Amino acid sequence: MITENFRILEVNLTTGRSAIRNVPGVETVLGGSGLAAKLHMEYSRPGLAWDDPSQPLVFAIGPLTGFFPLMSKTVCAFTSPLHGQYAESHAGARSALALRFAGIDALVIIGKAERPTVLHLGANVIEFMEAGYLWGKDALTTGKLLRRILKGSGHRTIMRIGPAGENKSAMACINVDTYRHFGRLGGGGVMGAKNLKAIAVEGNGSCELPQGKEYSALFADIFRKLTDTDMMRKYHNLGTASNLEALNELKALPWRNLQATSDPGIVGITGERFADDTLLRNAACSGCPVGCIHIGFVREKFHKDNQYLYRQVGYDYEPIFATGSMLGLTHAPDVLTVMDEVEKAGLDVMSGGVALAWATEALEKGVVTREQTGIDLRFGDAQGYMRAVHMLGGAVNDFWRTLAGGTMAAAARYGGGDFACVLGQEMAGYATGEVFYVAQGLGLRHSHLDTGAYTYDQSKAPKDVDKALAFLLEDERERVILTSMVSCLFARKVYDPETLRQCLTVLGGQALADGLDQAAARIQKLRWQARAAGGYDPMNVRIPKRFLEVETWKGRTDPQYLEELRLAYAGAIREMCGQD
Amino acid sequence: MKHLVASRMERCIGCHSCSLACARLVHKCLSWENAGIRILSSGGLSTGFTAKLCLVCDPAPCAAACPTGSLKQRKGGGVTQNKKLCIQCGKCAAACPVDAIAQDRQGNPYVCIHCGSCVEFCPHDCLELREAEG
Ligand code: SF4
Ligand code: SF4
Ligand code: SF4
Repeated sequence: MITENFRILEVNLTTGRSAIRNVPGVETVLGGSGLAAKLHMEYSRPGLAWDDPSQPLVFAIGPLTGFFPLMSKTVCAFTSPLHGQYAESHAGARSALALRFAGIDALVIIGKAERPTVLHLGANVIEFMEAGYLWGKDALTTGKLLRRILKGSGHRTIMRIGPAGENKSAMACINVDTYRHFGRLGGGGVMGAKNLKAIAVEGNGSCELPQGKEYSALFADIFRKLTDTDMMRKYHNLGTASNLEALNELKALPWRNLQATSDPGIVGITGERFADDTLLRNAACSGCPVGCIHIGFVREKFHKDNQYLYRQVGYDYEPIFATGSMLGLTHAPDVLTVMDEVEKAGLDVMSGGVALAWATEALEKGVVTREQTGIDLRFGDAQGYMRAVHMLGGAVNDFWRTLAGGTMAAAARYGGGDFACVLGQEMAGYATGEVFYVAQGLGLRHSHLDTGAYTYDQSKAPKDVDKALAFLLEDERERVILTSMVSCLFARKVYDPETLRQCLTVLGGQALADGLDQAAARIQKLRWQARAAGGYDPMNVRIPKRFLEVETWKGRTDPQYLEELRLAYAGAIREMCGQD
Repeated sequence: MKHLVASRMERCIGCHSCSLACARLVHKCLSWENAGIRILSSGGLSTGFTAKLCLVCDPAPCAAACPTGSLKQRKGGGVTQNKKLCIQCGKCAAACPVDAIAQDRQGNPYVCIHCGSCVEFCPHDCLELREAEG
């Protein structure tokens, strides 16, 4: 049920003390993205380094979490090790419902534990566990051990880091349960800096529901739309991996550090290929009947006497682009094997894959040497990449430590910035055109999720700066409502504004329903202000030369259009930040 | 007499739609645990899922253990529940051999009454309401 105030749990790792706070603002910031930005602005210290113990790590859910299907994500907010500014990352699995059933709208972690620690929470528990024995363990092993140590199987979430997070890498993710991640912008590094190996949240409480039949009827209605119609078919059928073939066809799939946008090798890594040859089964986030999580398997002969082992690896479009086409790997099992190593290291798969692609080209071009990397890297060489993942996650020497701070940080030191595929952060897998390059380059999360710019590029829209800018701003505003709820973005067709209003109303949130549009505009600005508080200036963002060389089905990137759109978007962002 | 059977759990994707439906429709709350059926991962997502629910014992040890008649033997196996008679002693949960009765923090027991409300919310047809034989 929707209440007037948020219930926030604040945990201080330095003092070992916790507090439950009632924070007003449900009507103005809704939850999720809005709440995360609000809390980050309240807690963070923009003048201090990202790894200062006082900096917060926030996990926020939304007003509909658990009450409706696919309201299944959590927003994680922190000061990014990559750029020292506000960052937001989203993940599902059981995280959102676990927080709901633990009875809180957001968890704010401040301070730094003296020694490696596991934070264990629930509706009636807050405890810190000594976890020195887990430090150094990979993310999968950590999950397995904690499952054994803590009770509550299936009804809790375990968020943890691997070696990359311990090493405070700007590419370290937070692994959530199995196969889901707070991937981008280095949330895992923030946990590492806090000596926080894992957070386990037990969903052992329960919540009240509205009286009367209206709520159950609305639930059933939405549930039917999600399961009985074709609206979600794309996601549970081949999953997002179906995009690989389509983008390759369009000449928009990055290959070998974006030296090409299409390659016949696609036949080995299409969505169909993964489904036919490697798909073991599907899984779902808690509260989501769609089940878009695709779990592939690889078997590996480790002894000549037919002795095999097998690995299970969750795959999606983005991981296949990052550890597949971007690295020139064209054999599905190879891709899964590299992905599995990335999972264990606790690296963000997109950042990691793009960084390795840059390192490969840098080595080829003599920008860095074999002595510096300590290893040979060649496009298409899976074995080499498996080793490289460990070197990157483990920050084993000067080169890998620098690269762990971001591809651009490495390019600044060694050169090779022209072919660094960095748009704010390492690129997502859409070489679709100018609108996407600008959107990711400047966008709030520097990701493909802030707006559907990659779809806009594909829509054959004319090169019209005003139209493209209007699209970027409006699409972001619409998405902000969903990310404040916090819905899975795959459900955006089902949860149109009218449906969301009905959902809020039935839970007693009439005022929220009435003020949804105003809230969206306010939250859109609030997030940019949170970003600007850390010193963000969109005018300073540059699009590397490689993106000007890209050839898509539309031809070469148009430098003039790119530049005009960049300036227009930067101006609009500055306005939202209140800088003009 | 119908029985709920989790007959195709190999297909389960762990969405919890079934247990959330039971909580919502039968027990009028939002919960993972206060439900007649509960879905557990059997060792992380990588080993699939199992369902914990009433196996329609006849005689039912939980009913035999209940001192107030809150849980009564149901004809054909399983139990009927009268929440008003419950004193939250927890004897039923302790007596269930397969841990199918959950207790909330107040000690209220939750057990499957084989109504089938969960069945239509399973997207993969893992569950079935089966007519008892004989
Ligand atoms: S908890 Fe309630 S239902 Fe269970 S044995 Fe005691 S009185 Fe009976
Ligand atoms: S059959 Fe009814 S009581 Fe049993 S688990 Fe399903 S919804 Fe709950
Ligand atoms: S609804 Fe079906 S697929 Fe979902 S958890 Fe229940 S049994 Fe598994």
